[in-house]
Amino acid sequence: MTKEMTGAEMVIQALLDQGVEYIFGYPGGAVLPIYDAMFQQDKLKHILVRHEQGAVHAAEGYARTTGKVGCVLVTSGPGATNAVTGLTDALMDSIPLVCITGQVPTHLIGNDAFQECDTVGITRPCTKHNYLVKSVNDLPRVLHEAFHIAANGRPGPVVIDIPKDVQFATGTYLGPKAVPMKSYRPKVKGDLDKIKAAIDMLANAKRPIIYSGGGIINSGREASHLLREFARLTGFPVTSTLMGLGAYPAADPQWLGMLGMHGTYEANWTMHDCDVMLCIGARFDDRITGRIDAFSPGSRKIHVDIDASSINKNVKVDLGIVGDCAHVLEDMIRIWRAEARQPNKQALATWWKQIDKWRSRNSLAYRQSNETIKPQYAIERLYALTRDRDVYITTEVGQHQMWAAQFFKFEEPNRWMTSGGLGTMGYGLPASIGVQLAHPKSLVIDIAGEASVLMTMQEMSTAAQYRLPIKIFILNNQYMGMVRQWQELLHGGRYSESYTAALPDFVKLAEAYRGYGIRCDKPGDLDHAIKEMIDVDKPVIFDCMVDQAENCFPMIPSGKAHNEMLLGDVAGDIAKAIDERGKVLV
Amino acid sequence: MSNATPASASHYPAATVKEKIERHTLSVLVDNEPGVLARVIGLFSGRGYNIDSLTVSETEHEKHLSRITIVTSGTPMVIEQIRHQLERLVQIRRVVDLTDSAMPGIERELAMVKVRGKGENRVEALRLADAFRARVIDAGTESFIFEITGASEKIESFINLMLPLGLVEVSRTGVVAISRGPEGM
Ligand SMILES: Cc1ncc(C[n+]2csc(CCOP(=O)(O)OP(=O)(O)O)c2C)c(N)n1
Ligand SMILES: [Mg+2]
Repeated sequence: MTKEMTGAEMVIQALLDQGVEYIFGYPGGAVLPIYDAMFQQDKLKHILVRHEQGAVHAAEGYARTTGKVGCVLVTSGPGATNAVTGLTDALMDSIPLVCITGQVPTHLIGNDAFQECDTVGITRPCTKHNYLVKSVNDLPRVLHEAFHIAANGRPGPVVIDIPKDVQFATGTYLGPKAVPMKSYRPKVKGDLDKIKAAIDMLANAKRPIIYSGGGIINSGREASHLLREFARLTGFPVTSTLMGLGAYPAADPQWLGMLGMHGTYEANWTMHDCDVMLCIGARFDDRITGRIDAFSPGSRKIHVDIDASSINKNVKVDLGIVGDCAHVLEDMIRIWRAEARQPNKQALATWWKQIDKWRSRNSLAYRQSNETIKPQYAIERLYALTRDRDVYITTEVGQHQMWAAQFFKFEEPNRWMTSGGLGTMGYGLPASIGVQLAHPKSLVIDIAGEASVLMTMQEMSTAAQYRLPIKIFILNNQYMGMVRQWQELLHGGRYSESYTAALPDFVKLAEAYRGYGIRCDKPGDLDHAIKEMIDVDKPVIFDCMVDQAENCFPMIPSGKAHNEMLLGDVAGDIAKAIDERGKVLV
Repeated sequence: MSNATPASASHYPAATVKEKIERHTLSVLVDNEPGVLARVIGLFSGRGYNIDSLTVSETEHEKHLSRITIVTSGTPMVIEQIRHQLERLVQIRRVVDLTDSAMPGIERELAMVKVRGKGENRVEALRLADAFRARVIDAGTESFIFEITGASEKIESFINLMLPLGLVEVSRTGVVAISRGPEGM
């Protein structure tokens, strides 16, 4: 399709041609022509946020839960700089986004014009790719290329900076099919010889583990199915990173729970003692590996990743396979079947016996109380009481995030939206807006901390405007709990600036935003209050007053090895769990 | 050393893996578009890689391609990372490690060397220039400018020899490199 139109109209047309339904944005001088073009159509729906960071997180939530590219529109200068945190977040967590930023007219660029900033310069290190479009003739190509780049290979955010005169200029629009992608064609099929070698290693493993990550989610639903199939075929234990939760069903007996800094005892020990590791769609992040030279010292490692630069970045592996998770898993399953492979059943049985021993330590155990609500208990109840609902969870960052990961169980992908790589406080509330838009009938809950949620609280106003009944479930410990925990364990209990005095009255705050507020501080009232929250057809802030001193265990302190994990005092016998060196830390 | 943080004071361990540092020359074929060089340089500074030398110029006008030659140093793992990180950039077509045995490369650099002097020193400078096959591209009664091409080490030794003879200044292109044999990139 070719047609004469203005640059601004091209933007709208290209978004529609790319199947965009919602765009999250905030207007300003440098994007007025685009807003004007938007006004004159009704197919593309605009969600007006209250801060540009919120727009990006909302688009991230939308993208993560739908698998589609999330879309953002902001103005030049402060609009663009406000978006930077969200863009960095999306880059770290490989979330596909296209963010359109307005720019001052081309003849003013470089003159320190009003609301000018070097958007491509500022966003270069926090985007997968970015463009400054200097001619309307380049605009259709750039718009379609941006979607292609955002969604293909390892997904990520792409910024298109469009000067105002280019938005006004007229040119010929070209549809997506008319613009060939020049150079960016990532490899999705893995090398077959390497996949065969991987199958050989896995079939001969005595103590195998599958370590999966967010790449499975990014690869699409099919990848999750194939992961399940491969696990069933082999009988191997499966663990996952924070970003990968839901790719493998938590109810499955082969599931070990999350691994890493706050992962389960069994997941981390299985990683530490395994002899063959299949890492698929994960990236050996420092929150996973702990001390690198003590990470799974006796294993041979296979790493499947669509991004070649992830392989051998942190951990040297024995076999790196560059390819898309679904494609590689499909080949692995096919070859396993074709060669009639069998796992080493006897060795595997011994391995599972060992794993069950680790499991029996019950590393997530906590001390229950009749007086105060334990944060873990609150999430357990939230989980139990939402079983008959179609639930999506987003989180903020801190202890509550880790407890949510530990105690909320996910059976399906795309239902867990959290800021993993960047760890952005303030992610969860706007993200839940994006998720709720994608699933209007479902129950969308932001499991929040009282400190984090204040960072983007203004988006409650957005939720109210679009009648999005998101539920903000605050585990209110009045502390930046995760900071307090580190100060307790690693800084001699000197709680420097981690207590928030004069917190707002969250119930009144909810009401001020035309939402509904609930407060609960007794374990006995919790079930009733949660049910009330679920039934309210409005945005809700649930102020769940929890134990202020609770710590999140297990914990592998930064720079420690998996076998130097700290356990809470209720879990198994601590003396046996930690070796001499680890004990010094307790 | 005195102001270094003692290992126990940080939660983060000191780097634990020790490998030897190697020097590699990478040839990078890129789309000649705005911002490519900024991306490459930003990648190196952002990830803490070293740039020992960097040259860039358009090489195929119709195809809109430029070639960047980067000399860098790091452990073998870091060198592999650099290559893959470069390959990840959208505008980069191909990266070849010319220090790798699979595609050994040949390297050259050009330098212009200004020497000022009279009498014995002047004669000696000319004599050495001749031995190094450096050309005189500008001459006055008091000074010469030599043009010399060759591997970086050769240029280095030439400059060192000129030092006591009245070296004023040097301008160097940095390393350009190409693979040996009949195949192109
Ligand atoms: C934007 C931002 N600033 C600072 C931090 C550092 N940080 C990590 S967790 C945390 C405390 C979060 O407190 P809260 O939201 O109350 O959660 P809790 O740990 O108490 O559950 C802080 C300050 C961060 N992750 N993000
Ligand atoms: Mg808190």
